[in-house]
Amino acid sequence: MNLIKAIEEEQIRSDIPEFGAGDTVRVHVKVVEGTNERIQIFEGVVLRRMGGGTQENFTVRKISQGVGVERTFPVNSPRIDKIEVVRHGRVRRARLYYLRERSGRAARIKERRR
Amino acid sequence: MAKGILGKKLGMTQIFSEEGLLIPVTVIEAGPCTVVQKKTMEKDNYLAVQLGFGDRRERLFNKPEKGHFAKANVKPHRYLREITFSVNDDFAKLNVGDSVDVNIFAEGEKVDVSGISKGKGFQGSIKRHNQARGPMTHGSHYHRGVGALNAVDPARVFKGRKLPGRMGGERVTTQNLEIVKVDTDRNLLLVKGSVPGVKGSLVIVRNAVKA
Repeated sequence: MNLIKAIEEEQIRSDIPEFGAGDTVRVHVKVVEGTNERIQIFEGVVLRRMGGGTQENFTVRKISQGVGVERTFPVNSPRIDKIEVVRHGRVRRARLYYLRERSGRAARIKERRR
Repeated sequence: MAKGILGKKLGMTQIFSEEGLLIPVTVIEAGPCTVVQKKTMEKDNYLAVQLGFGDRRERLFNKPEKGHFAKANVKPHRYLREITFSVNDDFAKLNVGDSVDVNIFAEGEKVDVSGISKGKGFQGSIKRHNQARGPMTHGSHYHRGVGALNAVDPARVFKGRKLPGRMGGERVTTQNLEIVKVDTDRNLLLVKGSVPGVKGSLVIVRNAVKA
């Protein structure tokens, strides 16, 4: 059992900053286009963090050309170059699904100063 | 190229590949195994090495077992299994007392893994033989039972009829599993997919026959 835990721990990245639901993050994702690889940035509000261990993931929501776009990333995926936390939000729950029904001023999240 | 190693199934987990895919893997603690006996063409009429694997308290071995290990001048092992090979294989070069470790396999190689499957107890023919069930409603009185047993004329049931009974607890081989990682330091093999047996049971990892 310990060996399995050890293998799982090797998979977990230590270079990921602390962030949670309500925070605004910039996710630098490696994308392959044909033969070359480049980095694409996906910036938005974290709706949730789910799961634990190797398969922990988080969902980021942004509004792109008036359309809500959500993308879920595994936290420990090697396809993620880095994650920047732009802003810490003050929220009162762990899953911000209510943001899907709101837009514009109603979808604002107060900033949490540290 | 026939080769093989004995190991202990530790359990399953997931690891990331370089492309970012999460791969389900079974972790097998394999070897190091010791060659306890060699079967030869002259004496036994077939070629094989008998590998020993795992520890067990000294006093649990009986005299004939101790004698068998003493003859090979190796310490007693819990499990003994044979791996057959043909004349030109690398395994033909092994001698009694040599050890076999995970390095015989490389990443990306295909293997067959054998083990004793989990016991399922007494099961009906739907679970045991993948038979179909009858309608549960609309006046049907035939739900999960076995179907017709035979034609009327022989006036008996032929052997081998698929009926309910004990399921599992038999030797099963899963073929063509890919080796995702070989960990020499900890004697671990990470094999893509599932492997027969409970955690802690003996598994035999051999090169894939159909690869």
